[in-house]
Amino acid sequence: MRLQADVLVVGSGAAGMYAAIAAARAGAEVLLVDRSLIGRGGATVMAQMTVAVAVGEEEPDHWEHHLADTLKAGRGLCDPALSQLLCEEGPACIREMDAWGVGWARRDGHLAQVHAPGHDRKRCVYVDFLNTGPAVSKTLRARVQRIGEIRRVGELLVHELAVRDGGCVGAHAMHVSSGESISIAAKATILATGGLTRLYARNSASVNMGGDGYALALRAGAELVDMEFVQFFPIGHLAPRLVGMDPIMWDPFRYKLGGRLLNSEMKEFLPEAGRYVSARDVATSGILKEVAASRGSPHGGVWLSFQHCSEAVLREAFGPVIERLAANGIDLTRQPVEVAPIAHYHMGGVRVDRDMQTGLPQLFAAGEAVGGANGANRLSGNAITEAVAFGRRAGERAAALAARMSLVSPKPHSWARPWEGKINPAAEIVRLQAVMNEHVGPLRARNGLERALSSITDLAPVCAELEAPRAGLDPEWVDMQDLRNMRLVAECVIRAALERTESRGAHQREDFPETSEAWQRHLTHRA
Amino acid sequence: MKARLKIRRGGAYERFEVPFEPGQTVLDGLRWIRAQRDPSLAIRFSCINANACKECMMRVDGKTVYACTTRLAEGEMTLEPLPNKKLVKDLVTEIAPPDERLK
Repeated sequence: MRLQADVLVVGSGAAGMYAAIAAARAGAEVLLVDRSLIGRGGATVMAQMTVAVAVGEEEPDHWEHHLADTLKAGRGLCDPALSQLLCEEGPACIREMDAWGVGWARRDGHLAQVHAPGHDRKRCVYVDFLNTGPAVSKTLRARVQRIGEIRRVGELLVHELAVRDGGCVGAHAMHVSSGESISIAAKATILATGGLTRLYARNSASVNMGGDGYALALRAGAELVDMEFVQFFPIGHLAPRLVGMDPIMWDPFRYKLGGRLLNSEMKEFLPEAGRYVSARDVATSGILKEVAASRGSPHGGVWLSFQHCSEAVLREAFGPVIERLAANGIDLTRQPVEVAPIAHYHMGGVRVDRDMQTGLPQLFAAGEAVGGANGANRLSGNAITEAVAFGRRAGERAAALAARMSLVSPKPHSWARPWEGKINPAAEIVRLQAVMNEHVGPLRARNGLERALSSITDLAPVCAELEAPRAGLDPEWVDMQDLRNMRLVAECVIRAALERTESRGAHQREDFPETSEAWQRHLTHRA
Repeated sequence: MKARLKIRRGGAYERFEVPFEPGQTVLDGLRWIRAQRDPSLAIRFSCINANACKECMMRVDGKTVYACTTRLAEGEMTLEPLPNKKLVKDLVTEIAPPDERLK
């Protein structure tokens, strides 16, 4: 079966949906595809936290202040043009979504903004209670549904970009529930596939964040940048087991209520005094050092306590969320919880210019799939701003390019060989995630990285080529394509982490603890 | 502890013994089966544990629930696909809105 469009958008988180809206608004016929259901998978729907944007409603602000904070947090490695785009275009997107009814929290008639770590003032908008991501997803989804020029197709897994004459002419996809191969012809293609947090056993994203876009871009001839910088969210929930809630939910609790991070001696070990001020890279390494010094909590993290808050204060701040905690057996007035770093976001990604154009003509990227805007460490609240600002820009530019191009049919796709299924790919994914978690986490050293590289390299032969899917829904084939992409992307992360013999932001080398001026440069990957 | 998951696969049921610790969910058990016993078992989920994507809906012991928020329990639990949706395979049904399907 064949599909075609002026602009193909791969991925339907905030970046993909905003790109689709912007491209359609600029006159393009858009095909929006997702391997999961439209607007349900990906990272956006999981975001329970805040959105950093210089709308200046809580106190005077300007995007240049937001930019200064973003560059500072990026530890010298931001691509300033991309960071500027994020900060400068963010306000218009946030206001546009406000007009679309997203429901940003308000106080005294203006948008409520809270102060998040690393920001110089109250800058972060949100939707109560812990509902920012779901509200953004739902709003964009409703918008996309109303635009006739956008065709939406879920359960369509893009496994290869189609390249002809040195440009991207669409993609090859598999319809997951039927097993049918689909070829898509497009004048311009936008990758909005998110990051790579699924490479880690402990992660805060959905199952389709296995670095698909990076692998697609790399194999098609585009360039990746800053792959060693994986952000670990410092206070991901660890214990007791919590279900039905995003493990990064303690972030908004800390914005509103402070909270104290405590070691096994019930002492604060970061210079916070109950305030939420530590940057993510600093808090992550602080926690891991307490654990390494045997001052961690029973499950290998640290304690987070809100015992200074009365039940009335908790209920006012988080309403029904307190009931959901109670259903999980957690009473914050009586007990601290255990938290530990969790893979959360990837600063690196596909290298693009200010127009979101990759190194491969007619191929664009948007959102977390893009590398560079956040350097070596992302400021809290910048991820959704990046998704919407970059999505909008990519949609506009892709539509403008598509208007000048003609449709070219992708060459037919041929599979290397029929399915043989020599390994259990689901088991191999679990193994890869364990290796990455153990050796390629926030604290790294040569020995561990080399061990991880050798383990990943062992998988290369079985991942070299994708075998043909069988008829119908074939979960093993889906796992195999995921393993193949995850392996390739993991190798990029490990090789860059080995090469960067310094510590900077989210990349902390135990054997090279200092930041080196000579390393204020980017590592890139090409196939 | 051990749960015995009795899973409807097409016309028949298949049983899997699943080890678990208190607090773990039916989705944890299903993912364990796929990695340790049978990777061909088809399930649908996206957000894993956050109850955000709403994709892992199924019938557990005759009640429609989310696998990601239903705790595993000792003894037998019967897992079936949603009865009012078209079956795709095993526990996966067609839940996408009609205008977002390929055909």
